[in-house]
Amino acid sequence: MTAITTPIAQPPGAWNLPYRGKVGMACLIIAESAIFTIFVVAYLFYVGKSLTGPTPRDVLETPLFYTICLLSSSLTIHFASRFLERDKRGAFLGLWFLTIVLGGLFLFGTAQEWHRLIYEHGLTISTNLFGTTYYSLVGLHGFHVTAGLVMLSIVLLFGLAGRVGPEHSARVEVLSLYWHFVDVVWVVVFTVVYVVAR
Amino acid sequence: MSSDVMAIQTAEVAGRPWVETLHEWVTTVDHKRLGILYILYALVFLVIGGLEATIIRIQLMRPHNDFVSPQVFNRMFTMHGTTMIFFVAMPIMFGFANYLVPLMIGARDMAFPRLNAFSFWLTALGGFLLYFSFVGGSGLYGAGNAPDVGWWAYAPLTSRAFSPGHSADYWTIALLVSGFGSIGTSINIIATILCMRCPGMKLSRMPLLAWLNLVMSAMVLIAITPLSAAQLMLLVDRYLGGHFFDTQAGGSAAIWMHFFWIFGHPEVYILIIPCFAFVSEIIPVFSRKPIFGYPVMVGATVCIAFVSLSVWAHHMYTIGMNSYANSFFTITTMAVGVPTGIKIFNWLGTMWGGKIQFKTPMMFCIGFLFQFLIAGLTGIMMSAAPLDWQLGGSYFVVAHFHYVIVGGILFALFAAFYYWFPKMTGRMLNESLGKLHFWLFLIGFHLTFDVMHIPGILGMPRRIYTYEPGRGWDTWNLIITAGAFIQGIATLLFVANLVFSYFKGPRAGNDPWDAWTLEWSVSSPPRSYNFASIPTVASRRPLWDRKHPEDPDSRYE
Amino acid sequence: MHSESGKHHRPQAKGLSRFAGVLILLAGILLAAGLCAASPPTDNPVPSILAPQSTPADAIYHLSYFVVAITAVIFLVVFILLTYVVMKFRARAAGAEREPAQVYGSTQIELAWTVIPILIVVVLFLATARVIHAIQDAPKPTAAVEVTAVGHQFWWEFRYPALGIVTANELHVPVSDPADPTPTFLKLLSADTDHSFWVPQLAGKTDLIPNRINEMWMDPHRTGIYLGQCAQYCGTQHAKMLLRVSVDSPEVFAAWVFAQKQPANQDETQIAGRRVFERTACMNCHAVGGTAATGRFGPDLTHLMSRRTIASGAAENTREKLRLWIQDPDAIKPGSLMPAMKLSDADLDALVRYLETLQ
Repeated sequence: MTAITTPIAQPPGAWNLPYRGKVGMACLIIAESAIFTIFVVAYLFYVGKSLTGPTPRDVLETPLFYTICLLSSSLTIHFASRFLERDKRGAFLGLWFLTIVLGGLFLFGTAQEWHRLIYEHGLTISTNLFGTTYYSLVGLHGFHVTAGLVMLSIVLLFGLAGRVGPEHSARVEVLSLYWHFVDVVWVVVFTVVYVVAR
Repeated sequence: MSSDVMAIQTAEVAGRPWVETLHEWVTTVDHKRLGILYILYALVFLVIGGLEATIIRIQLMRPHNDFVSPQVFNRMFTMHGTTMIFFVAMPIMFGFANYLVPLMIGARDMAFPRLNAFSFWLTALGGFLLYFSFVGGSGLYGAGNAPDVGWWAYAPLTSRAFSPGHSADYWTIALLVSGFGSIGTSINIIATILCMRCPGMKLSRMPLLAWLNLVMSAMVLIAITPLSAAQLMLLVDRYLGGHFFDTQAGGSAAIWMHFFWIFGHPEVYILIIPCFAFVSEIIPVFSRKPIFGYPVMVGATVCIAFVSLSVWAHHMYTIGMNSYANSFFTITTMAVGVPTGIKIFNWLGTMWGGKIQFKTPMMFCIGFLFQFLIAGLTGIMMSAAPLDWQLGGSYFVVAHFHYVIVGGILFALFAAFYYWFPKMTGRMLNESLGKLHFWLFLIGFHLTFDVMHIPGILGMPRRIYTYEPGRGWDTWNLIITAGAFIQGIATLLFVANLVFSYFKGPRAGNDPWDAWTLEWSVSSPPRSYNFASIPTVASRRPLWDRKHPEDPDSRYE
Repeated sequence: MHSESGKHHRPQAKGLSRFAGVLILLAGILLAAGLCAASPPTDNPVPSILAPQSTPADAIYHLSYFVVAITAVIFLVVFILLTYVVMKFRARAAGAEREPAQVYGSTQIELAWTVIPILIVVVLFLATARVIHAIQDAPKPTAAVEVTAVGHQFWWEFRYPALGIVTANELHVPVSDPADPTPTFLKLLSADTDHSFWVPQLAGKTDLIPNRINEMWMDPHRTGIYLGQCAQYCGTQHAKMLLRVSVDSPEVFAAWVFAQKQPANQDETQIAGRRVFERTACMNCHAVGGTAATGRFGPDLTHLMSRRTIASGAAENTREKLRLWIQDPDAIKPGSLMPAMKLSDADLDALVRYLETLQ
């Protein structure tokens, strides 16, 4: 049995399958969503069940400014991506850098909040159920922001060295998909922690 | 032509230093080699897990036996379960998927070859970590011990208070690491199937093996991750003073159970769905007919994937949920039996009107059908919550799930080995030895696992290192142990067959079984690039079309 | 060789050492047999789910008939089909070159074998839901005996709050007359890890989970001793967390309650043993009603001698076993949480004699 193909009487129409980078990232996002869902479920399950210590109402302050920073970074990365497609490298780099700054501001805001919670209110991960679930959930998200910022910074460095062009826009698009995911997770976490369960 | 290929390959290989070959294998990103690495890795752990089972069975051979201490016994059943699920069953499924999927869809490799290699080595690291616990997990009992908390690691048994030392951490971290490996491979399989099919291969023309691995991989993404999340929470409890499962601080022991079983139940479908895939490829070829009802087979599997996400608490019927919750999980568990069960009818429908060849792969498939039927029926018995209140946590449920895993999954795996070994190595496995393996294993399996239902009915709980005499359990346990030894011998025969046939088996040729999917159109073993030119397909059985140009499948689909 | 008193032994003559060896072997066999016969006799030695003696176990038993009947029918149908297919459609030597008719499916057949299983599931579910509701939502009659069971690593604590009784490991309940039911309703708690209360002839198992209150009930129809054990892995000695349920006639139960309510027997002749109990750490873990010992970590010993077994069924309640248990718990239940008390022989003997007065 030889390995030649039998000619099929069928016009070779366009055989277009999705870009594997995008499919891969979509799968990763689905998996990560499942992890976050479990942490959110744990958070909601333990609302009001702490035996001691500060409650959310006592200590949480809505981080409006830093949320706006993070959510607008989704806009900036989106437009950065568009500019790269059209080979406007300067605009791409500028907006990309702005994305990193906004993400960094968000992390700074989280750190500031945690500092306040720990040193002013004595709320740590081991204080009570609220502390455990809060720091775990927000911390897991912060970890994903950090990982994203590392990847964004790598792209920035390559971009500044002039090695990122429109031929890379598919990959850059995949990375921005991750960044959008991180933002959507924050919308959920924000709603659960600062709005619903307060 | 295939013998020329073999001669060329042998000539290339002869005279190369073994270090170079080793280096090639360790750094490979080729899906075929990674597939073989996964399979070999799993086979090693199959033997180790089998040894652990043998120790368990010797200890339980008679009441008040003192073959091992309770501490050692508890480690044995924990390691046996953990090893078999995470370091035998998962890797071997990924191994077969890795090897076969690109070949069956006409691709040259997986979508992300380096991620593929990385995922394999993560899994390998996980296995190594788990077993390092034997020397590394210091605890109250002296230098080094393995986890002894059961493979479900229920809280609060795993808290610092009740599991001092690091044995529980080895369980947690080993599985966390290999879990990430599983997620990586699943991402790879999905991306490969969705993005790298050859021209003409619409999703509705994919081999069932590809479809079922697609569904399995999607399930991995959302089932393994809850376990990873729970394990992260456990680490927070054990190392950062967290209270996720700390009942003294108002935490819940039940929430660990929920998280674990939200993983645990889909996990068993993740393990069996690739076995459905093997059987769905093998039965048609040895019945000489296409699979009966391809669209429904796909639809039923997708159905199983969704419904299996809603049944998890049938592992928790005894924890004191209210009658409405228990009723809900009863109906969903019974419901998931429907798409699972009708697949048996589809396989029977495939065999009906065929010309069945009783080669070894087919024998194992028939054994699978018979045993999977029985396993499903004992599952239906326990889906009824009140029956589970008696039978759950006893040797009845141990018999049930071993019926699925050994009688179902392992039989299907043996079938897959005999069927695809020729493709992977270019040599046939010995048919007489194969038949002997089949009959011996069948006898041992039924001796052990048919009888095992009885002590459960007579009140014997699971996970006990010894039992009281005079409760009517003694003789049955002795018989169960005898069957275990027979299965062990049969497995060793199988391993001997693998080794012997690899070196001395008759040459296989491209297509020893006269089959119809793309992997049989290339040499055995395939060249590293798989296909000289990417094929174009017009039906679900491209080789049937080539062999029967007067009556191609494409006319009927 | 040194004996414990420090004397030297000269090497023995051959015949004598062989005789000693046989003695040791015999002793070992007897010891093994003794350990094997740890459980005292009972009229229900086999805890089979097929021999129910209480309404919940009975209801499950009858449901199981129905379910097994249906699954047996399914099995027969499919098995007969499989056998028929395997026999009828084997490849024969003649006609092997021609492939059989290539059939791809049949919508009607597939519909049929989807609809019928769905109907079976509906029927099974309705039958099951009834039993779930009947068992779990059964109302508690006023004459019910209330017991709180607390699971410990690796023993059972039983409290009768309405009667003011605390005991361990062996549960006494009254037999229940269907005409005038006196069921026993249990609240299940845990002091540490997960456990499960399973006495197959009396009820299905229900777990004891820390920070959670579970409930179950039983109404035994016949007096006798019923056996069970913990059915959720709880640690090293999960296997020896045994249960003995004594179902008593109303008179016997009343007498038992009366005896249990009494404070501990204050036998003045055993004051030496009692001093040992109070002086060493015993009272940190154990309680003896009416004395200074109020420990909660281990079983209540007020009426220790009213129980047939010790160490949650791991050994019979005899002088030798009791002595061995205190001296070296690992000899009976290795990994249990009772520490070896390292008492001198004299103290140990006095203590055991004291404990034997706790009737």
